[in-house]
Amino acid sequence: MAYKRQIDRLPIIPADAKKHNVTCHYCIVGCGYHAYTWPIKKQGGTGADANAFGVDLSEQQGADAEAWYAPSMYNVVKQDGEDVHLVIKPDQNCVVNSGLGSIRGARMAENRPSEVTGSQQQRLGEPMVWRYGTWQPTSWDDALDLVARVTARVIDQENEDDLFVSMFDHGGSAGGYENTWGTGKLYFESMKVKNCRIHNRPAYNSEVHSTRDMGIGELNYCYEDYQLTDTIFLIGANPLECQTNLFLNHMVPGMRNGAKVVIVDPRRTVTANACEIEAGADNVLHLAIESGTDLALFNTLFTYIADQGWVDQDFISASTFQDGVAQPQNEQHPSALGSFEAARDACRMSLTDGAAICGVAEADIIKAAEWIAKPKDDGSRRKCVSAYEKGIIWGNDNYRTIGGLVNIALATGNIGREGGGVCRLGGHQEGYFRPSDAHVGRPAPYLDDLIIRGQGKVHHIWANDHFKTTLNAVAFKREYNRRTNIVKEAMDARAGATRDEMVDAIVGAIEAGGIFSVNVDIIHTQIGQCAHVILPAVESGEMNLTSMNGERRMRLVEKYMDGPGSAMPDCLIAAGMARHLERVLREEGRDAYADQFKGYDWASEEDAFMDGYNSGNPEVTYERLRAMGNDGVQEPVVGYENDKLVGTKRLYVDGKFDRHGREDKKALFCAGAWRGLQAAGKAAQKSGHAFLINNGRSNINWQNWFLDKDNDFVSDRYPYPFLEINPEDMAELGLKEGDLVEIYNDVGATQAMAYPTPTARRGETFMLFGAPTGTQGNVINAGVNELVLPNYKQTWANIRKISDAPAAVSHMSFKSKEYSSG
Amino acid sequence: MSRCRKMADIGRRQFLRGGAIATSGAAAAVVAPSRAKAAPAAALLEYPSNRLANIADLATNEPLDVSYPDDDAPGVLLKLGQAVEGGTGPDGDIVGFSTVCPHKGYPLAYDAADRTFNCPGHYSRFDPEAGGQQVWGQATQNLPQYTLRVDDNGDIYAEGVDELLYGRLSNVL
Repeated sequence: MAYKRQIDRLPIIPADAKKHNVTCHYCIVGCGYHAYTWPIKKQGGTGADANAFGVDLSEQQGADAEAWYAPSMYNVVKQDGEDVHLVIKPDQNCVVNSGLGSIRGARMAENRPSEVTGSQQQRLGEPMVWRYGTWQPTSWDDALDLVARVTARVIDQENEDDLFVSMFDHGGSAGGYENTWGTGKLYFESMKVKNCRIHNRPAYNSEVHSTRDMGIGELNYCYEDYQLTDTIFLIGANPLECQTNLFLNHMVPGMRNGAKVVIVDPRRTVTANACEIEAGADNVLHLAIESGTDLALFNTLFTYIADQGWVDQDFISASTFQDGVAQPQNEQHPSALGSFEAARDACRMSLTDGAAICGVAEADIIKAAEWIAKPKDDGSRRKCVSAYEKGIIWGNDNYRTIGGLVNIALATGNIGREGGGVCRLGGHQEGYFRPSDAHVGRPAPYLDDLIIRGQGKVHHIWANDHFKTTLNAVAFKREYNRRTNIVKEAMDARAGATRDEMVDAIVGAIEAGGIFSVNVDIIHTQIGQCAHVILPAVESGEMNLTSMNGERRMRLVEKYMDGPGSAMPDCLIAAGMARHLERVLREEGRDAYADQFKGYDWASEEDAFMDGYNSGNPEVTYERLRAMGNDGVQEPVVGYENDKLVGTKRLYVDGKFDRHGREDKKALFCAGAWRGLQAAGKAAQKSGHAFLINNGRSNINWQNWFLDKDNDFVSDRYPYPFLEINPEDMAELGLKEGDLVEIYNDVGATQAMAYPTPTARRGETFMLFGAPTGTQGNVINAGVNELVLPNYKQTWANIRKISDAPAAVSHMSFKSKEYSSG
Repeated sequence: MSRCRKMADIGRRQFLRGGAIATSGAAAAVVAPSRAKAAPAAALLEYPSNRLANIADLATNEPLDVSYPDDDAPGVLLKLGQAVEGGTGPDGDIVGFSTVCPHKGYPLAYDAADRTFNCPGHYSRFDPEAGGQQVWGQATQNLPQYTLRVDDNGDIYAEGVDELLYGRLSNVL
C-alpha cells in the first residue's frame, strides 16, 4: 500500500501566530512561502476571528484556497529553545508562484528536524572527530583546533596548493550570499586556494563560459517574458519537473496567450505532454534529436534563419561586434568569437547535414526556424524566449553548444526585450558573492581527477557529495576511500595520543599518500563516511539567508527556527576556521601569515552579509529586504527610493553587453563548428554499448536526495532510482517492472529499477541522477571539455538483470507519468 | 518518578511519530480559569459510518460517485475487477477514494484506460490500484482512501479516511 500519514486533522494557525517571509530554498524558481509559528500549547479555532486567515474553517474550502495546508506543511520545531508549531505554506500574493507549492517546497516543514515528530533525525547537531575507531561527538573548539593544526601543516603563505576545497556556490539550502561569502573570504581572500571545485562539477568554473565570453550574462530576462512571447524555445530542459512553478505560473499562461513551444530533448518528458495539453499538439514541436547533437541543430537553425534573412539587422549592427574574429580559439576559448558573418561562415550547416546528424526531419527543422524567427505576416518581429539547462550544460561540447544557441537569440535580437531572453533555467537558488577567483585559472584544475591521481593533502568539503554526484565515481570512491583510510588507520594507531602527537601521526599518513578530510554538511553524507572531522551546518530558515532566483529576484528568508544542536551557519563555521588558523599560525610564529586570517569577528550571519554582499551593494540591507517581502527585488539593485529598493527587470535593454568585460560593449557571436562527440572516450563508449543512459532529475526528488532519503513520502515512491526503458527492450532483457538491473560499462557499474516507459525510444533509457541507492555517476566516464565541464548526459552502457523486483518496490505504481484526460 | 516521566515522554513521542500529530482538538481554544474542568476529547476523530452503496450498484472499472464523510467531500467507489491491497468486498477489489486533488483542490477525472485519477489543474495522477499512490504530480500526499466495510447484504460503508482531505483542517467538519 502506498504511504499514508493517517493524519485526519491539523492544529489551526491562531490569528496571532508569528509570520515569517520564506523563499523556498530548493529550486531556482524560489517560490514565496510564509512560515507561521506559535506556542506549542496554543491553537487557533475554526471561527473567522480565531485563525490566521480570518475565514470560517468549519466549512470546506474551495480550490486554490489560501486557508488550507497539507500535513507536509506542518511540524513541531524548536524556536529560541521552545517547542513551537510550524506551518510553511505557499504565499498567494507572491508574484513568482501565486500560491502554488511544488512537491518539493510544500514539504519544507516536514523536512525540518524535529525531536517531537521525529522528522529528519539524520541532521547533524554536534561536531564529530574520528577517534577510537569511529566518530565521536565533541566541542567546536576541539574540532576546529584539529582542523586548523592539520591544515596549517600543509599550507604556507607562498603555496596553498596542497589544500583542496570542494565548496557549494549556490543560494538555497545552506548556501546564500552569507555562506558563499564566508567560505569565499576564507579560501579566496585569506588564502588563494586554486585546487577547488563546486558542488555539482569537478572544477571551479562556470557552467556557461561561452555566453559570458559573448558578453551575455545567462540570467537576463524576467519570468514575465514567458507570458509576453510568441515562442518558448526549450533546450535540454524539463521545467515542469525541475522549475515546476515557473512552468505552471508563467509558461502555461504564455501558452494560453498563444505562444508556441519548441522542445529539444532526446526524451519525451512530462513537460512535452503538458505543453501539448496547454498549447495544443499543433503548437508544440518536439525535436527528439540524437543525444548530444544540439550544436548541429543550432548551427543548422542559425544557417537557415540567416539565409532566409530572418535576422534583426539593426540589432546586429548596433549591438554586436562587426569586424571578423574578436577572440581567437585558444586554450581558454574552445571556439573563436566574433562577428555575425564570422560565426555564420564557421557554423554553416545545411538542412540535409543537420537533419542527418540530429536524426530529425528537415521539415521539422524548418518549422522550428519559422516558429523561432520568421517575421509575422504584418512584418513585425517574432518574439522568442530561449531557455536551456543541464541537457546541454552537462552535455556534449558545452562551450560551443551554448554559444550556438546564444547565436540564434543574438541574430534575432531576442535579448533585453519583452518576450525575449536566452537564459539558463537554473537548478538551486543562487547567491554568489565571493572575492575574485581569477587565481584559480582557466582551464581550472580538474580536482576530482587530481585526487584520484594522489594529489591533495587536506580536503575541506562544504556541502558537496562527490560520491553521489561526480563523474567517474567508481574510481573516485575507490581512491578516496583508500586515501582517507590511510589517515584513519594512523589515527586509530595513536589512540590516546596528545594533540601534537596526533597531528604528527596524521601528517605522517598524509605524506604516505593519505588525505585528511573535513566535511561540513547538514547530514552525514556518503563522502562524509570518509571524513576525519565532521562539522554540522544549518539550513535556510534555521538562519537568516538571502538568495536570488532565475530572474535575479533577491529575497531574505527570515529565521523561523533553531538549527539542530550546536549546528551553525556555514559563514560562521568559516569564520571559526579562520580564527583558529590565525591562532595556530601565531602560536607557530607565522605572524605575517596569521594576519591574513583577521577580519572574521562576525557574531551573526547578518554580519557576514554586511561584510560581503553589502560591501558591493550598499543599498541592500536585511531591514530593506525584509520590507520587500516575498516579491523582493530583482538584481542588480540600482537605488533606494520611497522606502523601496529599486531593481532591474531585464538586463541589456539598452543593447549594451558587458559580461565579457569588453569596453565597446558589443556582443560576440560564437564561431563554433560541429565536431561530433567532443569529450574523450564518448564516441568509443557509444559504439561499444547497447543503451544510452541519459540521466537527470525527477519532480519529487530534490537534488541528491540529501533530505528526501529520510522522507517517507518520497522514498515510498522511488525506493530505488528509476530507469525508464522501452517495454520491448525490457522483454529482450527478460525484465519485468520493478526488476533490479545492473548498468555496466567500461568505467563502472550501478543499479536501478526498471520502469517501463513506452515513450522511451528503443536503446535509449533515462536514469534518475544523484540517487543514494544507485549512483548514475558510476557509469559516466572521466571525459570533460577543454574547460573541465563534465559530460554527464552522453553515457552508454549495457544492462543486465540483478534480481526480481525487491520487496521495497512491490507496492509501487509503474503507470505512465503522463497526465491523461481519459 | 523520573523514570515514569521518561516513559510517558517516550510514549508520547511514539504516538506522534505514528502520524497522529493532531493532538489538539477541533474546538476553538478557550482561556480557562485554573480550576475549570478540562473538556474531555477523544484522541481520534470520530468518523461517521455511512452507507455509500451496495455492491450491486458497482460495475467493474466504472467509478460510482459518492461523498464522504459529508456532502461537501466528493469521492468514488470503484470495483477494479481484480484484488488489490486494501481492497474490500468478496473479491477484494472494491476501493474508495476522495476525488479532490490534494495539491490544490481540483476535481480529479478517472481514466478507465489505465485506471488512474487525473488532475486537470496541474497534471497530477494517482493510481487506485496502488493505494492511491501519486504516479506523478505536485501533491505532497497520496490520494486519501476510505476505510470500507461490506456487510452481509453487500452494503458498503465508509468508516474513515487515511489522509487529510483537501480544503479542510479536520476531515470531519
